[in-house]
Amino acid sequence: MIDRRNLIKHSGAAIAALGTGMTSPSLRAFAATAALPFDNGERPLVKYPQKRPMISLTSRPPQLETPFSVFNANVITPNDAFFVRYHLADVPLNIDPDAFSVGIQGKVDKPIKLSLADIKKMPAVDIVAVNQCSGNSRGFFNPRVAGGQLGNGAMGNARWRGVPLKAVLDRAGVQPGARQVTFNGMDGPVTDKTPDFVKALDIDHARDGEVMLAYSMNGADLPVLNGFPLRLVVPGYYGTYWVKHLNEITVIDNVFDGFWMKTAYRIPDNDCNCVEPGTAPKATIPINRFKVRSFITSVADGAKLKAGAQTTLKGIAFDGGKGIKDVAVSTDGGKTWARASLGKDLGKYSFREWQMRVRLAAGAHELKVRATSNGGETQPMEPLWNGAGYLRNVVETVRVRAA
Amino acid sequence: MKLSTLALTLTSLAGLIIGICGSGPSEADAKPVSYKLPNQTATFKPGPNMEVVQNNCTSCHSADYVQTQPRGPKFKEVFWRAEVTKMIKVYGAPIDEAVVDKIVDYLTQTY
Repeated sequence: MIDRRNLIKHSGAAIAALGTGMTSPSLRAFAATAALPFDNGERPLVKYPQKRPMISLTSRPPQLETPFSVFNANVITPNDAFFVRYHLADVPLNIDPDAFSVGIQGKVDKPIKLSLADIKKMPAVDIVAVNQCSGNSRGFFNPRVAGGQLGNGAMGNARWRGVPLKAVLDRAGVQPGARQVTFNGMDGPVTDKTPDFVKALDIDHARDGEVMLAYSMNGADLPVLNGFPLRLVVPGYYGTYWVKHLNEITVIDNVFDGFWMKTAYRIPDNDCNCVEPGTAPKATIPINRFKVRSFITSVADGAKLKAGAQTTLKGIAFDGGKGIKDVAVSTDGGKTWARASLGKDLGKYSFREWQMRVRLAAGAHELKVRATSNGGETQPMEPLWNGAGYLRNVVETVRVRAA
Repeated sequence: MKLSTLALTLTSLAGLIIGICGSGPSEADAKPVSYKLPNQTATFKPGPNMEVVQNNCTSCHSADYVQTQPRGPKFKEVFWRAEVTKMIKVYGAPIDEAVVDKIVDYLTQTY
């Protein structure tokens, strides 16, 4: 599949590309656009408060994608480059952290409200974990599907600090018969008829000690658009569960049937979680853990390299929580593979850096990267398809020319 | 949770200007935050009944939701009708039955 690299173009071409669909007074606000490598992939780069210029998918509600070069610069994604995804347009813009509280209610012995100060007084935990949109890379689906047409930048890796959800639930006292826990945030719809964004986890998952209420990201408060002042962190799980501006936790004794669990964010219930392109699955389940993925970050698609010279290829890999066992790289389109050396282990939920030295003879080369998790899961050579455009994890290909 | 974004924007313009951009590593308790989203820039392409689309769609989402969808023969009338139906049936968009065809026509002809 054609690589994901977003080319950044400057002024002239950028403004020409913006011509349709943009009002003229706003053009000055953009220094550049990004061109995601699929049809209709032109996007403005927009500067939001607390963010560097980001690839704008939509503005109401805001959806921002990380420029791919960020993933080569650091294994931890900076807060000001971290992707943003909202579903509903009533985004909380005025937040007083001293007045903020999160309620724990439902099937508990004692419903409680905890202020941010209460939470910060509890023993803190740290975890480095990837957050990734369910629909990251949807724009590469073939055949194309409806939905947010993302390149590969709706992912990021951060050090989260907060308290285990388990500790908070224990304070309220979960009652026997509890089956799930639901999570609601301050963001909401603009009409009462739109289902509010509420997600659910099974009670055992909610109490595994790893699911966290995070108030800090990479040593700073969460950026507003990443869920200030408190968000759910569900290590290894797709971002849909990482509820932002979290202020309502409800223990229930049934399986939650809200729209965002029962109807949306479902994947085919079979071994590959995939179907023949263009068909519908017989049965579905809620999306859950990340599929294993890997990327080459140091060389862009279409790059020209020096023939015969030593080149260090570099990139990242991650999976749904077993950790990365092995990263293999091919410089001949997948005919032969060599093992890359892995970088520092920041934990099983983190990006894992890899690198490999190669010498390329003159000519065209297809570089491929394939990760294997400690659970033995690996990436498919051909993309798997589902109608919602979730779970993409095909072996990525970067085409280069050495001369 | 149901305050309109417009009201929030006006509030943030009117005052409560707290420098969030400069907020550094987390202090024990942060000050109230007032966040200002950049102005929306995407607009609907000119086409028949564009005003109908503008009036019925933009309270919930910006024009770029439409603009960025896949293009081509498979993304014409059937696709756009399904999208408009989803907005009404699933997301509760208060769209009058009488204008549904106009919206679908506009989207099919323009995108």
